[in-house]
Amino acid sequence: MARKHAILDGFASRFSGVASSSGGRIALREVPFSAQLDFRANPADGRVVDSVHKALGFVLPTDPNTAATAGGRSALWLGPDEWLIVGGEGEESLLTRVLHTALGETFGSVVDVSANRTVIEVSGSAARDVLAHGCPVDLHPRDFGTGRCAQTLLAKAQVIIHQVNDAPTFHLFVRTSFAWYLAEWLLDAMTEYCAEEPIGVSVPLGGQESPSPLRG
Amino acid sequence: MLLIPCPWCGQRDEIEFRYGGAAHVEYPADPETVDDATWARYLFVRPNPKGPLAERWCHSQGCRRWFNIVRDTVTHQIMRSYRMEEAP
Amino acid sequence: MTRLASGGRIDRSRPLRFTFDALPHTGFAGDTLASALLANGVRVVSQSVTYGRLRGIFSAGVEEPNALVQVGGGTGSEPMLRATQVELYDGLVAESLNARGRLSPEPDVARYDKLFAHCDVLVVGGGSTGLAAALAAGKAGARVILADEQAEVGGTFLGGRDLIDGRPATDWLAEVATDLAALPEVRVLSRATAVGYYDQNCVLIAQRRTAHLGPAAPAAMARQRLWQVRAKQVVLATGAHERPMVFAENDRPGIMLAGAVRTYVNRYGVVPGHRAVIFTNNDSAYACAIDLDDAGLDVPAVVDVRPNPAGGWPDRVRERGIEVLAGQVVSDTAGGNRGLESVWAGQRIDCDLLCVSGGFNPAVHLFIQSQGRLRYDEILACFVPDEAPQAVAVAGAANGTFGLRDCIQEGLAAGAAAASAVGFGDGHPAGAPQVETVAEHPIVPFWLVPDESGATQFVDLERDVTVADVRRAVGAGMQSVEHVKRYTTIGTGSDQGKTAGINSAAIVGALLGQPVAAIGTTTFRPPYVPVSFALFAGRTRGQLFDPARVTPIHPWHVAHGAVFENVGQWKRPWYFPHDGETMEQAVLRECRAVREGVAAMDVSTLGKIDIQGTDALRFLNRIYTNAYDTLAVGHCRYGLMCKADGMVFDDGVVMHVGPDRYLATTTSGGAAAVLDWMEEWLQTEWPDFRVRLTSVSDQWATVAVAGPRSREVLRALAPAMAADAVSFPFMAIREGMVAGIPARVCRISFSGELAFEINVASWYGLRLWEAVMAAGEPFGITPYGTEAMHVLRAEKGYAIIGQDTDGTVTPQDLGMSWVVSKKKDFIGRRSHRRADTARPDRMHLVGLLPVEPEDLLPEGAQLILEPRQEPPVAIVGHVTSSYRSAALGRTFALALVKGGRDRMASQVYAPLPDRLHPATVTEPIFYDKEGLVRDG
Repeated sequence: MARKHAILDGFASRFSGVASSSGGRIALREVPFSAQLDFRANPADGRVVDSVHKALGFVLPTDPNTAATAGGRSALWLGPDEWLIVGGEGEESLLTRVLHTALGETFGSVVDVSANRTVIEVSGSAARDVLAHGCPVDLHPRDFGTGRCAQTLLAKAQVIIHQVNDAPTFHLFVRTSFAWYLAEWLLDAMTEYCAEEPIGVSVPLGGQESPSPLRG
Repeated sequence: MLLIPCPWCGQRDEIEFRYGGAAHVEYPADPETVDDATWARYLFVRPNPKGPLAERWCHSQGCRRWFNIVRDTVTHQIMRSYRMEEAP
Repeated sequence: MTRLASGGRIDRSRPLRFTFDALPHTGFAGDTLASALLANGVRVVSQSVTYGRLRGIFSAGVEEPNALVQVGGGTGSEPMLRATQVELYDGLVAESLNARGRLSPEPDVARYDKLFAHCDVLVVGGGSTGLAAALAAGKAGARVILADEQAEVGGTFLGGRDLIDGRPATDWLAEVATDLAALPEVRVLSRATAVGYYDQNCVLIAQRRTAHLGPAAPAAMARQRLWQVRAKQVVLATGAHERPMVFAENDRPGIMLAGAVRTYVNRYGVVPGHRAVIFTNNDSAYACAIDLDDAGLDVPAVVDVRPNPAGGWPDRVRERGIEVLAGQVVSDTAGGNRGLESVWAGQRIDCDLLCVSGGFNPAVHLFIQSQGRLRYDEILACFVPDEAPQAVAVAGAANGTFGLRDCIQEGLAAGAAAASAVGFGDGHPAGAPQVETVAEHPIVPFWLVPDESGATQFVDLERDVTVADVRRAVGAGMQSVEHVKRYTTIGTGSDQGKTAGINSAAIVGALLGQPVAAIGTTTFRPPYVPVSFALFAGRTRGQLFDPARVTPIHPWHVAHGAVFENVGQWKRPWYFPHDGETMEQAVLRECRAVREGVAAMDVSTLGKIDIQGTDALRFLNRIYTNAYDTLAVGHCRYGLMCKADGMVFDDGVVMHVGPDRYLATTTSGGAAAVLDWMEEWLQTEWPDFRVRLTSVSDQWATVAVAGPRSREVLRALAPAMAADAVSFPFMAIREGMVAGIPARVCRISFSGELAFEINVASWYGLRLWEAVMAAGEPFGITPYGTEAMHVLRAEKGYAIIGQDTDGTVTPQDLGMSWVVSKKKDFIGRRSHRRADTARPDRMHLVGLLPVEPEDLLPEGAQLILEPRQEPPVAIVGHVTSSYRSAALGRTFALALVKGGRDRMASQVYAPLPDRLHPATVTEPIFYDKEGLVRDG
């Protein structure tokens, strides 16, 4: 079998430099090749939901903009009868079988979209601020937390944002054709958080809006 | 910049949506049997009120669902948001 | 020196050097350029735009009409800043402007960025009201953003001498600051001006982040930031702007707003003159007289238009021995090249400073932008906020509430109410602090001092517009203040008439014999203050201006010298020039390779939609103009779709990939629109259809291998796949391993030649391409780009949607009736027999052969029938595609021509600047009309 090629292969060294230049406030990497299945089914059909639950260990989320995770696999709510089922590399055949079995003869669809999007992982204490430079959705912990997901725009690229832990770590699912653009945009948005010279500007009052000194 | 209540995803910025024009414009049950004038009305004539207007939007960058809202064309206040299967 | 020995909020231990109009000066940390200029005795700061009159600093804030300056040199030079808002830094270089800025010819290399922010309560304005509101909302637990335009919060009361709880107000300020800083969900933005208020409480805030640091500004830090705030509730605590009264010769340096003078004295420790007269119609300016008296100035008189000003403030002033000239006006002034020297108020009074107050206009700009309505308050003599459709409250001076005690109380109440409205707290604010108040003597509205002498009376200082101009406008028939604005230019300067607008309305009213309430205000639109284009652009410039979409094969194209073409957002190889080759030579070579050998193209950019479900066939039959009933699994078919009006919308290939499952391709730029279109019909008109659509455009990478020898290449790549014409016929699909990669291969051709399109998962795209190039090497495989593809398809007469069509073209116009079913209904079908779409003289797609075989007609060239016509010349069409063909050995074109199919073999002419270019109308197919080469 031929070797897969990660669309952001050429960004690896620039991505890995972020952690140190940001003083540990941001980390950035591509998580390529995850299995991704677009799954359409009727969430009111208990048999389908149970079948997925038995096989994958999670109940398909029915609350908009939420995700369910078990055993390293997740179901991201995409619509009232649509989920993105995410698994590890190479699991697309397995997941396809599981979902087809769950569907049985009922109406729905299973589409392998594993190579449709890659995942950019952004994490760290400044991750939320970096995303806020281009994301119109409120990612504040009161509104968005671990286990939440949203389909929206990041700058001019459509993304699915999935918060996977409280670090916080975000998985950005982006179409492969937009991945270069989004990678460049993210690196640019991180400029101020990765500055060579510490940026500390005294603000007489409050001052939370200005980045505190980045190092030390 | 409107804040549009998607009946599924909640309040989202206008940039996530595609506009679909006036809602509840009825597609003739059998287009072949209607006369040119009726068909032209379906194609080209749309309400343009100063005030509440029911209109279609698609949350194209989000859940991709088409839905309806009632928006005041003067104040841009959105009075209602409802799914396609819900009554106007 | 006019700097006081002590007092103010400047840091006398930190002197800062600066130059103004090339002269060196010194100020202190905490100064604005304006306060430092006044401290250095600089009274003349500009010349007026039309009359060249000398002008001085007039205000202490955003409303400044005169002191416009250019700051910095070289690329960092910023035009048209207000000296009243420029924070001093060491080494600052400023020049006066005569109301015209100079853009730097160099690109602005500074960073400007944008941030989306969300909050429960946005408080605009960090004066006493806004601080109180933010504190009340923050303590209730709400997420709060407080945006203040100045370097330091406090607003106007930094320029006053009020006592709160018996202590200086600044002590209270420090306490509030500490309290706010301790609330983690309260964010205070300094130097942040709310410039636009849009729908659903979307407020744009322009924040100046590094300009005050001068050369010390960190390069990586965004110079300015645009905050796009979405607030559940907004509290506008934007304060009020003092307005002058209008009188003869009222523009001399030394004539200033009374409140501004207080600010210079109390906040900056600067007295802007030596001998001051006050001219007022309200109590507020009496505090100015007291401040100046305390600062040691000679204050000979307060000129008060009110007949008998009495009570707290006038009495305090009289107690100091300052004369109150009641019922008097300043009707004229005199001066020289340093500005004011005396005023006439029934008597001549020598003075170099005239402090004017005509009352206050609530700063309702943002409120009006929010679609709020105003009403005129007769007692306060100003326009105040009335109703608003959005979730906005106005508090403090912006609401016509002028006393400090009342402002704090109103701010606390507004903040608590806003927080409560979104679920935080009970809406009851904590108790307000004690503030000493003095009973006020009511304002008497007064706008214009009558003048019979014909002396100049300025209404708008920045625009140099006078009362005579307003009189001329009204005389010309203007009655609306909007018309007067445009006729006179009042309020169209960079200050947007903040000190002129209401006065002009009052003067118009006086000339028309109507009250100012009946005249109203002009509409205030964003932005509230000038905003640089660079800020609006933010990081959306250069390579981040628009996404450049690339295929997985892109790195190979770059490495092999492709010249790229933008197709929608895609970067596609246009052609692959060899060393020393022109574009024309390269394209001819690439075309020849397809026609005579084998060539490969990256066609991964096509949109792809997975369509499945038991009603998928029914769905396709409705969406596409042609029928799919006979399309068997393992085959594909070209499809065309129309909008309901019958016009061609998009096209592609529909592959039947499994039972009840199809894969439809779209044009490269049309994928998103086609998916939304399909979903619209599915979800709104045919919700009972059992069909599901999934975008898989980026799932697949696709390589087209085209040319008579393409079968040999496929055989080398996929030995197990039978590729002969019988086993693998035209429009068939085969699945199997290609170069060791699971692939779906379609026999589709967009060039007329034998061709295969190989689809693999996108992460294998680059590997596949490399394998194709390696396997094709013995056959001389040639990579080709979009230009060759365009030429080849045009030789076959295949239209490109969006190039040969423009939304007004039917399938019949394209000569594609063969793809329009007669038997079934589809979107747009009914429109094809509307009178207009059925008429015979529509624009038809035809071929053109220029009479001179080397003549390349430009795409877009208009076409006419008769070479010699008197104007107006009848245009019968235009060229949509035009190329040089290797196969034909000549140029050719496609065109839309009126009734074109009835004009075969006739001549048309393209009137180009040099001459008429004749061409012969032909069928739109030039190569292999019989389709003989399709099977190789």
